[in-house]
Amino acid sequence: MNVRSQISMVFHLDKCIGCHTCSVACKNVWTDRKGTDYMWWNNVETKPGTGFPTRWEDQEKYKGGWEKKHDYIQLRCTDKKRIVPNIFHNPHMPSMDDYYEPWTYDYQHLFTAPEGPDQPTAMPISKVTGEHIDIEAGPNWDDDLGGSPIYAENDPNLDGLSDEQRQQMFAIERLVMFYFPRICNHCLNPACVASCPSGALYKRGEDGIVLVDQKKCRAWRSCVSACPYKKTYFNWFTGKSEKCILCFPRIETGQAPACFHSCVGRIRYLGVLLYDADRIEEVANLPDEELIEGHRSLVLDPRQPDVIAAAQRNGIHDSVIESAQDSPVYKFVKDWRIALPPHIEYRTMPMLYYVPPMSPVMSVRTEKTLDNISDNLFHDIEQARVPMKFLASLFGGGHEAKVVYALKKQMAVRWYRRALTVGDVTQDVADQMLREADCTLEEAEAIYRLTSLCTFEERFVIPPAHREEAIEMMEDPHENRESVGFGFLSGPRRGL
Amino acid sequence: MGNTHNYLDQLLFGVAPYLALALFFLVTIQRYRAQAFTYSSLSSQFLENERHFWGMVPLHYGILVVIAGHFVAFLFPRTVLAWNGHPVRLYILEISALIFGLLTLLGLMSTLVRRLTYSKVRTVTSISDIILHVLLLIQVVSGVYVAVTCSWGSSWFAASATPYLWSIVMLDPDISYVIAMPFAVKLHIVNACLVIGFFPFTRLVHVLVIPNPYLWRKPQVVRWNRSPEARN
Repeated sequence: MNVRSQISMVFHLDKCIGCHTCSVACKNVWTDRKGTDYMWWNNVETKPGTGFPTRWEDQEKYKGGWEKKHDYIQLRCTDKKRIVPNIFHNPHMPSMDDYYEPWTYDYQHLFTAPEGPDQPTAMPISKVTGEHIDIEAGPNWDDDLGGSPIYAENDPNLDGLSDEQRQQMFAIERLVMFYFPRICNHCLNPACVASCPSGALYKRGEDGIVLVDQKKCRAWRSCVSACPYKKTYFNWFTGKSEKCILCFPRIETGQAPACFHSCVGRIRYLGVLLYDADRIEEVANLPDEELIEGHRSLVLDPRQPDVIAAAQRNGIHDSVIESAQDSPVYKFVKDWRIALPPHIEYRTMPMLYYVPPMSPVMSVRTEKTLDNISDNLFHDIEQARVPMKFLASLFGGGHEAKVVYALKKQMAVRWYRRALTVGDVTQDVADQMLREADCTLEEAEAIYRLTSLCTFEERFVIPPAHREEAIEMMEDPHENRESVGFGFLSGPRRGL
Repeated sequence: MGNTHNYLDQLLFGVAPYLALALFFLVTIQRYRAQAFTYSSLSSQFLENERHFWGMVPLHYGILVVIAGHFVAFLFPRTVLAWNGHPVRLYILEISALIFGLLTLLGLMSTLVRRLTYSKVRTVTSISDIILHVLLLIQVVSGVYVAVTCSWGSSWFAASATPYLWSIVMLDPDISYVIAMPFAVKLHIVNACLVIGFFPFTRLVHVLVIPNPYLWRKPQVVRWNRSPEARN
């Protein structure tokens, strides 16, 4: 057992209101520089929808992630055999057209336009070339377009649905959508890291954050193709790849990342998971149907004495182990099992989990009245507007059972609270539902509290980074004490 | 008159190579130490993805083979001459060299046209890119011209350019080999010095950081703040 710690995340999709505050917080902190203007390290997608970059989940086109060809996984388009001959032109690299051309407006024209019969307008100008452009796409171009024939119907996750299911999903009275906020998953088996010819990408040992060493990146661009989630971006101005850094300067000082901190719906949870690094390879090679359980089994119980002992042997600080014991992520993923990894079939072992969203409540028509209760207490899930197949494609690796389990449990907790507070459901019904959803009373109460009443400190359990100790290992403080503390930082400079 | 020529020849073929090599080594090393961030291939594939293929692939494969050919003739002149002893083998070598030279030229022209025509690519084109393009164009055109007009280059390169290059390496430049050569060859040599000297000021430095350790490293890279010993 080789215990490592990983800062992991849960996004509770049932709470996401699609306000994009997270995206804007991230943009303002990290990606408003030249060359990064088109990047959205955090973005919020509408599902069904095509996403950003367009149809990123279509791996027939982008060839991202790992695939199990024979009995061993390899990178779909960027393994060593293919990187070397393709290094001059990367055949599966998305171009700016797959994202959008960033633009601003010619505001000055409003002041300098000569007098005329019409009001002057501020024309859009490209942030790349400075020329006037016709805007064809932008971030969130498919925002809220749940029933759109251009966007929603081209969602790659609809591929597994039958024609009948598709028709139902796009029938006007059944239109449905939900939000899907995305950041880098800081995977355990990151395809971007594995593909980098320069070895510029790396995973931090102490907290598992995946970063790009800007001084080692040479713009070979394979990380951009390799990441199946398209969360490594190419800075076209500096000629370097960039990606979500999980706001590590904030994490190291005990603050939640900007997107987490600003989340209005309070959908985001962050905490440490301890995992067994020796088993990553084995789990990444499991057959498709065993991936979700295998991935979950990598996460170790931080209260088990042998896990604690192994963690201490690996130099994990006691304070980090304590932090792992309080981790809200552990509860969602391991205790309650209602948080699932996105697209586990890409085999990168993502460490950002999602609680799948509930569909709008459907009523049952009995004679002339609409009724909320039928004999089948979970009819809402089976007849949900979003076909289970669709959610399973996103969060179940194609298998519906895991998603149904998570939804049933959420549903049972809702009815349990309803029996307590509204009283139109009997306790018997609530108990029956909890039983059928594999949920104890205490668990239901805990899920309810961490979902609805969670405080800032409960949502974000950030381990101490112990940078003060780390720095002592690299530099002797006594030796450096008269040489640091005052000086210049130089900004990044494009080539020569 | 003869003397002036002599001085000029001395300068171009006896001194310039050393200036170029000195610049090459000093500036690349210093740039790597002080500004490692600027070491990048500065790919523009992200901004334009289709014409990119038709420039980059022929250019790189062409130039790699052509440069490899120069090195082989420089390192193993006798082997090349022995190989060329048989006319069929000489023709095969000459024709394939020319093909790769033309491939390089095609790729270079294609990248040049792409840089000039696509406004997005033009915005990331620096002055050093333009100078480099001109220098490379002179180099490749003169090389192809020499290959076409001065027959059996693989043989006479091994016989007279190789000794000249070795005399440079041995710090005892003997320019008598080159002063008799046609103008195009001289241009090729002088321009080569310009390319080598200008090299460290351009994006060409990406050649020096080709990612060889990638082929034998483990797929995943983990970096620790604490050294492994300190962790235990």
